[in-house]
Amino acid sequence: MANHDLPKLFDEFVDARKNGFLAAKEFKEKGGKLAGTLCSYTPQEVLDAGGIASVGLCGTSNETIPDAEKVLPKNLCPLIKSTYGFAYSEKCPYTYFSDIIVGETTCDGKKKMYELLNDIKETHILHLPQGQDRPYAKDIWYEEVKLLKERLEEKFNVTITEDDLRKAVRKRNELRKVLCEMYELQQTCPPAMRGTEMMLAFQKGSFTFDLDQQIEHIRGLVEEAKKAYAAGERIVPASAKRILITGCPTGGVIQKVGMVVENNGGVIVCLDDCSGERTRSLMIDENADDILRAISDRYLDIHCSVMTPNEGRMENTKKMIEKYKVDGVIEVVLQACHTFNVESAKMRDMVEELGIPYLKLETDYSTTDSGQIETRVAAFIEIL
Amino acid sequence: MYQVGIDIGSSAAKVAVLKEGDIYKTILVDTGFNSRKTADEIYEKLADAGITTDNAFYVATGYGRISVPYAQKSMTEITCHGKGAWYLFEKNGTVIDIGGQDTKGIFLKNGRVMKFVMNDKCSAGTGKFLEIMTNRLGLTMEELSELAGRGTPTIISSMCTVFAESEVISLIGKGTPREDIAYGVIESVVTKVVQLISQVPSDQYFLTGGLCEDPYIINRLSHALEAPVESMPLARYAGAIGAALMAEE
Repeated sequence: MANHDLPKLFDEFVDARKNGFLAAKEFKEKGGKLAGTLCSYTPQEVLDAGGIASVGLCGTSNETIPDAEKVLPKNLCPLIKSTYGFAYSEKCPYTYFSDIIVGETTCDGKKKMYELLNDIKETHILHLPQGQDRPYAKDIWYEEVKLLKERLEEKFNVTITEDDLRKAVRKRNELRKVLCEMYELQQTCPPAMRGTEMMLAFQKGSFTFDLDQQIEHIRGLVEEAKKAYAAGERIVPASAKRILITGCPTGGVIQKVGMVVENNGGVIVCLDDCSGERTRSLMIDENADDILRAISDRYLDIHCSVMTPNEGRMENTKKMIEKYKVDGVIEVVLQACHTFNVESAKMRDMVEELGIPYLKLETDYSTTDSGQIETRVAAFIEIL
Repeated sequence: MYQVGIDIGSSAAKVAVLKEGDIYKTILVDTGFNSRKTADEIYEKLADAGITTDNAFYVATGYGRISVPYAQKSMTEITCHGKGAWYLFEKNGTVIDIGGQDTKGIFLKNGRVMKFVMNDKCSAGTGKFLEIMTNRLGLTMEELSELAGRGTPTIISSMCTVFAESEVISLIGKGTPREDIAYGVIESVVTKVVQLISQVPSDQYFLTGGLCEDPYIINRLSHALEAPVESMPLARYAGAIGAALMAEE
């Protein structure tokens, strides 16, 4: 079924990338099933239950954008371009060795990009409702999750049982709990970890095929940080200004924004994007009567700016500001992300009403505006 | 003890020296290609006036702030412009700084920066836009303003500096009077600046930076903002003055 050849450019890759390819190849040759996912709305329990490993394929690097722009328009979000570029240029081992990619109809850019992606790699699209408040929204989403399950069963010739789903839920809840524990390390003053450290740990974890390994890795980090903190070690100075980062996914701007915050007297105490606490704290009742329904209901509860209305996001951010004693909010909007960009007006109003300073950064993955970003972030921290 | 503020911007470097809270001396030099060299040149000029590391505390700001090896402290130009403007104007309001590379709006209340905006990487509505247009028209900034005052409304619709330059070239080709083109160029900058500044609105504005002595621009800004815009020759040094004040803290 699967092709196990390496890409044509393999010999030109640096060692880290070569190793990634070799690991993915080995995984596949041992009979591993691999699905690429792109969004927190993807019900990962369904993949887990089918014995299909899932890896995040969200593009976070500027490197493949010039390749992507051979096909996609320039004026498109860097995340979409980067993701497509990795598939197009065969530079990402996980995209390359994925048996299938699971996408979802979030924003228009992604939705239409997936049609092109499907020409390179088989892509299944989950159709999200436009909002969560219609009485039948949950039914629509349930049908979509069921359809995904059926497609996976057919493609991989497996049967996904209720029992498999419950087991997967248990495991995913465990990962969510340990991630939330990691996030909550930032509640103390000063926090126990640097926010960028967490962002990197999370990013690294998304490339592991083995969920247990990922859980262990995060748990190890949390225990280490707790022990060090209890022993009086303070990685972050008490004077560091406590920053909440909200807006678009931040995986591609860890250096450009995250590091700049933490090198200029700030510390990220709350990562309020879709991979952060607002999504991870949503658990699934593993004893629910209809487990597939419990799964689909949980995923539809996620707050993304593609939903209308999306008041839940503001309410949650407000809670996070209090929980993490936030001094300032930085909203990161990726260039051409219309939904988060427009919604930022509401976020700004909500944050300023609380008397908390707010800074919006509209940027992409390139280094062209690094100087301006640094000045703005440094000035923002100076006024806190 | 002298307090020296050094503001190395993308096109000009400004220095302000404070002695016992008063402005004792100012220096203005071109930044040139090498901020480090500019910093050295400034050090020499100050030393000639008897101001050295023995009797002064230096604070650097602006894009070149990391290139001033003898500065004991560095701060962003946003905080410094805010402090400097408060020192000069002593009023709540929004500072408009049209710089060589970026334009900033800084909302001040009781001497503190409450909020600020800065243009994205695009150069529309900055000094860079004016520099390119004056070069294209073969004019100095003063001449451009003077001509614009006699021009009739002409629209340069492109917000992008590169495209706007092509638009100006077509206007020249069509034989449009230079006065009218100058009018269009300044309106373009004013429109873009006002768009940005509207995110930090106020009933009183202060113009700092290199255009502070340009009455035509001040007038057009005031007209577009429907509020008074104040300025003064020293406002060019607002960033440097703010930096010098930081030496105290």
